[in-house]
Amino acid sequence: MAIRRRDFLKSVGVAAVSAGLPRLARGAETASIYDLERFGNVRILHITDTHAQLNPVYFREPSVNIGIGEMAGRPPHLVGRAFLERFGIRPDSADAYAFTCFEFEKSAGRFGKLGGFAHLKTLIDRLRGDVGERNSLLVDGGDLWQGTGLANVMQGRDMVEVANLLGIEAMTGHWEFTYGEQVLRDNLERFKGEFLAQNVFLTEEAAFNDASAFDKASGRVFKPSTIKELGGHRVAIVGQAFPYVPIAHPKRFTPDWTFGIREEELQKHVDGLRASEKVDAVILLSHNGMDVDLKLASRVTGIDVILGGHTHDAVPQPMPVKNAGGTTLVTNAGSNGKFLGVLDLALDKGKVSDVRYHLLPVYSELLKPDPAMAELIGRLRAPYVTDWSEKIATPDRLLFRRDNFTGPVDELICTALRTELDAEIALSPGFRWGVTALSGQPLTMEDVLAETAITYPETYVQEMLGADIKNVLEDICDNLFNADPYYQQGGDMVRAGGLSYTCNPTNAAGSRISELKLNGGKTLNASHRYKVAGWASVNGQQGAPVWDVVAKYLRSGRMFQERLGTGVTLKGIDGNPGIAG
Amino acid sequence: MTATTGSHPTRRLILQGAASVALLGLGNLPFAPARAAANDKYPEEAFKLKNEADAIKALYGRTAEPSEKVKLDAPEIAENGGVVPISVTTTLDKVTSISFLVAENPNALAASYRIPDGTLPAIANRLKMAKTSNVTAIVEADGKLYSATKEVKVTVGGCGG
Repeated sequence: MAIRRRDFLKSVGVAAVSAGLPRLARGAETASIYDLERFGNVRILHITDTHAQLNPVYFREPSVNIGIGEMAGRPPHLVGRAFLERFGIRPDSADAYAFTCFEFEKSAGRFGKLGGFAHLKTLIDRLRGDVGERNSLLVDGGDLWQGTGLANVMQGRDMVEVANLLGIEAMTGHWEFTYGEQVLRDNLERFKGEFLAQNVFLTEEAAFNDASAFDKASGRVFKPSTIKELGGHRVAIVGQAFPYVPIAHPKRFTPDWTFGIREEELQKHVDGLRASEKVDAVILLSHNGMDVDLKLASRVTGIDVILGGHTHDAVPQPMPVKNAGGTTLVTNAGSNGKFLGVLDLALDKGKVSDVRYHLLPVYSELLKPDPAMAELIGRLRAPYVTDWSEKIATPDRLLFRRDNFTGPVDELICTALRTELDAEIALSPGFRWGVTALSGQPLTMEDVLAETAITYPETYVQEMLGADIKNVLEDICDNLFNADPYYQQGGDMVRAGGLSYTCNPTNAAGSRISELKLNGGKTLNASHRYKVAGWASVNGQQGAPVWDVVAKYLRSGRMFQERLGTGVTLKGIDGNPGIAG
Repeated sequence: MTATTGSHPTRRLILQGAASVALLGLGNLPFAPARAAANDKYPEEAFKLKNEADAIKALYGRTAEPSEKVKLDAPEIAENGGVVPISVTTTLDKVTSISFLVAENPNALAASYRIPDGTLPAIANRLKMAKTSNVTAIVEADGKLYSATKEVKVTVGGCGG
């Protein structure tokens, strides 16, 4: 299958530089990068992991995203220059800024923010208009309803309204589940599209108690797939929700449901779509994460394309994966509304004969915001925006989160937890959402919420044995670096404040972490108890919400006065292109 | 984090009870329960052994060979280590027993079922797991032992992306 080289990857940068413009010029009419050559008869547009970022954002892609075993050096485990070289992107181009961390701060001023739903709406309408409504489809891969203070207080209702106006026809979920069953169902009542998940089933107890399900015979809680008539062909979209919701989040949100990858059920379902429904294409709308999707594509047959998310990897070209039935293309479409995946399919009877794929960066300065969406966003934000616009601190450095082991946002959260809760050690989850803040630009409460807004934000302080602290680190480290992606959960390493350690990702589970030291260099003693502060616990906690703790610390003006106490020394991964040089 | 207990006398009683119920349920085989019960001496020694290989030997007196005909269904990562749903089906003929072992549990043998003549060889049960471990299903068929193994991860959870 031919994947066309994306020539425009270079062109944006060239245009901006050769014209001598300090910034990209606004105006959709100048944005020829969005003039896609017509191809095939069906166009599927894909967004994923937008994390409710209604307005354009800065988001720095990772400088550490290590793959080990067969994942080493394979997309998405390439960062910085290695990424640019792999995909033929010019280092001084806008796309280098969109897809990588390369010279991020320098480029941020030049190319501006990305994403924003009013800008997305303009781009989506244009790309659908180019091929005709009846030949196109818009799908969302989940993590649409969570990631901002607004989405949190509105429990995702804001994003349902936005999704309806945007025209999302099918979606699956992950953080959507953390609002609990009742809110999820209420939101889906209002959602004009379909929520698809082939891998969510009633627990045996819930089935026995006659709990609500899409299909009682199979126990499937949600509709597994939908068939769309597009361009005179039948296209099946199968939903794959995040497989580890009750493990990664408190079980209390989804007590009646059981998840998992459910490869066999998926295979059976795909076979059924092929045999009984005579579909011409099968697309998996997945929240598995890219490494899981790549493995799944090698084992499950009959899927033409996996439109992937969860791991927030912006991968410009699909990865072809061979399996017993043919080839499956695997994509991953980034996060925070920065990208729009465009899948053009040439469909014949019963098969996909050719494919073009583009992952378009949503340059907000090249797109006029859609007026109706801009109005809706303004109306949704209005009741809260004043309360959250107070400036509470001004950072003296770039604040970002996305890296395997640490980032200034989380160092700040850990320092706030240790200071405000008087703890020796702080642990903060390795989330991959949360936007980037530029140095010297004031932070507001809305910014703090964009790093912390979850439905279980309660902080805690507890005593933990040194041995237990190490076990927690080992356990989470295995979620990242297990050689078998089916045993990974996605997300990054838990952030440790007041504690430094050495990590060898290539070691076996339980023996990757060593040389644990407290601030000041004292070795962590396995049998001593330490006072540990944290948040986002899967067990119920009672402390103040983390955003209040962080805001209080920021208001005190101590922000970066003390040296941040996080240090991770990496071993065993020399030359790995998942680390920026 | 899931609490772990050293031994599981209650669970064993329940498992025994479940097996009896299943047998009694076969109303069209009036002689099966009595015959099975006669052969079904509770393998007390095997349940006491720590090590997986020792337990298999105590139970069957020989070793098993891996077989694709034993289909073990278990989650990659357990949602709750206290109740991990694990099932096995097989296309093997003349199945007489099915057993489950969790290598890293304090006592490796978790459950053993006698399969009476004429019964579909399919068992679904929920096992308590102390920590990440290989889970092995043994199928005894026509006097031989066959097995399938899968790793099930038990994690403290949290911190998803």
